[in-house]
Amino acid sequence: MNRIWALFLRHIYLYPRSFSRMMELFYWPFMDLVVWGFISLYLMKYGRSLPNFVAFLLGALILWDILFRSQQGISVSFLEDIWARNLLNLFVSPLQPGEYILALMLFSCAKVIVAGAIMSLLAWLLYSFNFFLLGLSLLGFILGLVAMGWAIGLFTLSLILRFGQQAEVLAWGLAFLFQPVSAVFYPVSILPGWLQKIAQLVPSSYIFEGMRSVIVNGQVPLKNLVFCFLIDGVYLLLAFLYYHHVFKVVKEKGLLAKIGE
Amino acid sequence: MFSPVVEVSHISKEFGLIKAVDDVSFSIMPGEIVGLLGPNGAGKTTILHLLLGLTAPTTGIIKIFGLDLKQHRSRILARVNFSSTYVALPYSLTVRESLQVFAWLYGVKDRHKKINEVLALFEVEDLASRPVRTLSSGQITRLNLAKALINDPLVLFLDEPTASLDPDIADKTRSLLKRIKQEKKISILYTSHNMREMEQISDRILFLHQGRIIATGTPDEIITKFKGEDLEEVFLKIARDKTG
Repeated sequence: MNRIWALFLRHIYLYPRSFSRMMELFYWPFMDLVVWGFISLYLMKYGRSLPNFVAFLLGALILWDILFRSQQGISVSFLEDIWARNLLNLFVSPLQPGEYILALMLFSCAKVIVAGAIMSLLAWLLYSFNFFLLGLSLLGFILGLVAMGWAIGLFTLSLILRFGQQAEVLAWGLAFLFQPVSAVFYPVSILPGWLQKIAQLVPSSYIFEGMRSVIVNGQVPLKNLVFCFLIDGVYLLLAFLYYHHVFKVVKEKGLLAKIGE
Repeated sequence: MFSPVVEVSHISKEFGLIKAVDDVSFSIMPGEIVGLLGPNGAGKTTILHLLLGLTAPTTGIIKIFGLDLKQHRSRILARVNFSSTYVALPYSLTVRESLQVFAWLYGVKDRHKKINEVLALFEVEDLASRPVRTLSSGQITRLNLAKALINDPLVLFLDEPTASLDPDIADKTRSLLKRIKQEKKISILYTSHNMREMEQISDRILFLHQGRIIATGTPDEIITKFKGEDLEEVFLKIARDKTG
């Protein structure tokens, strides 16, 4: 009994001071409930009159994955260098902090292309869903989501750089904070008024609204794309400024060496 | 008359209220091996990190090849390299792939030839296609040293490079470093807790304590100055006298 209690205690001790474990207890159940709650509301309200609901869902899923892979291409690739204890080797080379980010962005593009191609092919083979029915607007959607993924990825990377491995869990969790207000699986109109206002500040909400508009009436939502790119620009600018600031702080406090060893 | 490749003038580094490095000045001449010696927390690693531009000094100037590190970081680091027992290479890549990455990072011209050359130098050619994660700690140390020579550096910073090696490989590594130093005129700043190793390899020793250089000279000069039998006795004497 003592031995079982000892192991139980060993795990209990970890929770109060572990951000990642607390997220596991509170954040994920909360996010699941919020997203599925809004999907349920949407189906209850429009379920019978929804045309192409499968297309809505599959299209949204593939596009969401593009955003997620783009973000992961930056933040998880950075974590790979930390886990491999290789970060110091990189930053004692002539590599500049900006070059490091550009390389990760390039890699995230490659990741998006491969993951997107695989998902599109599977959706076609398994569910006869042609992702390319979104036409030329697809290119705009992808660019808009990749840019947002970069901004979230860069912000996450900066937080990990500043606060260490405690912030690691954000590499998987932060993008999902945007999911309810991105209106991925339901229209923005389903959200309560105050959340609709927040959704207006989230680039991906314009993309998912645009996707539904293309599927329903075939119209290319130029206005949505313009708004998305403008807000993406602001996000990227803020993320770069924060990264630049964090790099200065990290250098001052000698944190790069701590996180890299 | 040669001019120093590394010139450190009155550098201090404060982390909040803690003064990790306190008004340290020294220089390293071409082809010289300088040992950085001191108890834990003396400031050895902080000095290495300052010289690599990983952290910035609170005060003072660091010049390498006559250039200010603050202003010419990338240019300087292209001709400098580093190896540490505590830093690894990407574990999922093979040995050759890892070296490829660093050859690209340092802008090495004939990458294939250079990689074969450094692999042969550390007798690890047979490991070229093995993933780094499958190597023993001794093999990883040799790979780290191979990486450290990929760009034909003029200055090498080595942080306890033989810490995880068995005495035979450690001895071979020391001989090799001495040979490289003589053949290529590389300057080396070396940290180690192995006093015999420091005696064997260092042309000059900087003895650090609580962030300050308290003695400098050849190993024999340091031993004579502190009236010890060997460097280990001097080390214990200084560490205990000053902290006690």
